[in-house]
Amino acid sequence: MSVIAEAAPRPRVAPTFRLPGISSPVASDSLAGKVVLIDFWASWCEPCRKSFPWMSDLQKRRAAEGLVIVAINLDKERDKADAFLDQHPAPFLVAFDPEGKTAEAYHVSGMPTSVLVGRDGTILETHIGFDPKKAGAWDAKIAEACKR
Amino acid sequence: MSSHRGVLGAALLIIVIAGMNGCAAMSVHPWDRDLLAEKKMKLVPSPTERAIDDHIYFSKEGSTGGQGVGGGGCGCN
Repeated sequence: MSVIAEAAPRPRVAPTFRLPGISSPVASDSLAGKVVLIDFWASWCEPCRKSFPWMSDLQKRRAAEGLVIVAINLDKERDKADAFLDQHPAPFLVAFDPEGKTAEAYHVSGMPTSVLVGRDGTILETHIGFDPKKAGAWDAKIAEACKR
Repeated sequence: MSSHRGVLGAALLIIVIAGMNGCAAMSVHPWDRDLLAEKKMKLVPSPTERAIDDHIYFSKEGSTGGQGVGGGGCGCN
């Protein structure tokens, strides 16, 4: 029966979440009306080391256009996530989900996975992995979502 | 007697089918792959013991490698 559950369609409307953050909780309700890029990452994820500087730059460039980046960490141990954040600064929202409940809700199938959520709360695009060569095309899609 | 056998047979069939399905939907979530890559998840966790075993296989039967399994990975390929 679980086979059928696994084959359930991906959600069209972004599932809501409320997770602990660095200083205060991060809730999806507070991001209504914004273009949200949800990035699922972990300290052991090699491509995440490249995506963090890119996302920092992206957040700076597109903050005025209404883009908010939420990086959801899926490490089981907070220490490992903190050590990663010490090395890779994250000037965007960071939330912690050691149980992976949000990852399950968003059908994360690889690390990292980025989900682009439009202003109306619908999932526009899901991007698996991070390749600097493909980042330009991904950025263009994010720019388009900001214009909507 | 024969109806008993029929019931038993049906029960056995259900058990076998259920058993075959048992592991069908089990998979490691991408965010759990770090656990697979941990040292303690190796078949032989001690590198020295592994090297000694490998040496024995190499000198006795000329075979080498195949001592480990893949783990970790980002799951994005």
